[in-house]
Amino acid sequence: MNTDVFNQLSSLVRERSGLVLTPDKGYLLESRLLPVARKWAQKSVDELSALLRSKPDPKLIRDIVEAMTTNESFFFRDIKPFDQFKSLVLPHLLKKRAAAKSIRIWSAACSSGQEPYSLAMILNEHKLQLSGWKVEIIATDLSTEILDKARAGQYSQFEVQRGLPIQLLVKYFKQEGDRWQIDAAIRSMVAFRPFNLLEDLGSLGRFDVIFCRNVLIYFDQPTKAKVLDGMSRQLAPDGHLYLGGAETVLGITDKLQPLPEHRGIYVQATPAAVPARAAAG
Amino acid sequence: MKSCLIVDDSRVVRKVARRILEELQFAIEEAGDGQIAMEACKRHMPDAILLDWNMPVMDGIEFLRELRKMNGGGAPIVVFCTTENDLGHIQEAVASGANEYIMKPFDTEIIQSKFQQVGLL
Repeated sequence: MNTDVFNQLSSLVRERSGLVLTPDKGYLLESRLLPVARKWAQKSVDELSALLRSKPDPKLIRDIVEAMTTNESFFFRDIKPFDQFKSLVLPHLLKKRAAAKSIRIWSAACSSGQEPYSLAMILNEHKLQLSGWKVEIIATDLSTEILDKARAGQYSQFEVQRGLPIQLLVKYFKQEGDRWQIDAAIRSMVAFRPFNLLEDLGSLGRFDVIFCRNVLIYFDQPTKAKVLDGMSRQLAPDGHLYLGGAETVLGITDKLQPLPEHRGIYVQATPAAVPARAAAG
Repeated sequence: MKSCLIVDDSRVVRKVARRILEELQFAIEEAGDGQIAMEACKRHMPDAILLDWNMPVMDGIEFLRELRKMNGGGAPIVVFCTTENDLGHIQEAVASGANEYIMKPFDTEIIQSKFQQVGLL
């Protein structure tokens, strides 16, 4: 793949999704886009690039952006964030939302659905305490193709063994041939919808908890700042934002701050903390 | 260093599992069937047992039931690792005292995530 082709494709992906592809990611572009080239009856990524130049079909553009932004996902990825959700965030919500009896959770960039379904299983394990509550899990992703897979709730033997405790597999999945189908009750707890994080987040409404793990790492600084500021606006004053292990808000936005002693969780910046940081900066 | 007993009648599977678990800092012992595993547990109770189901002499589920009756046999974390991949076998294993269950084929990621879940890592 020559530099022109790389530049054309990487700037298209960046413009549409915010994903930054540095020149060392040429192999990634090539390996992810070859199946797209074949789907569009092209022999190579170079030919795909020529097709895009001569006829920028919106469906072709969507296929390219989706192929580049789809990521692997695990049930209960990294375990700890979900343990913290059980031991810290959920008890907080059970107390603070006792009058409203309503919880809204957003799984941003949910990929094939393992994250929102993991949360749904945890919430289902507390269904007695949540009886009469309105619990919403909104799961979004850029890719409509991956959302179809997420909605179907069918996973391979490999996928159900990555992070899913055996007791939960037995309890919430049915075996259908070589696939594992998640329970209809768990599926119905999650509302999947296509959404691009570069759009105005206001349309999604207010959330008590936002999971946005391992997404920001793909964005450049201004995009990270824009997304985090937007999330801060959609997050309840006492809400919790989860980022991935390699991500942070520090040096990117002053609207959010880490929750002390709970790695990976961020909360609204307190008025006291903001001037302190401004003074330090 | 935690210890793990790998019980499988296939030498190849034991070798693959040993390589993965040694990387995860386990001291490894191997057994080719349930009876040999039983002897090993009498000498020294391991922290973890990676257990195949179908083996000659004494199979995995028999071994597990015997182990759980033994003095101190409640302690090891037992992770089944077998080609049996239907719900019936999984339920039987859990009911007999298995802590986790891996359906073959497995890779490093699966072993690591399962061992993490049961608190071995």
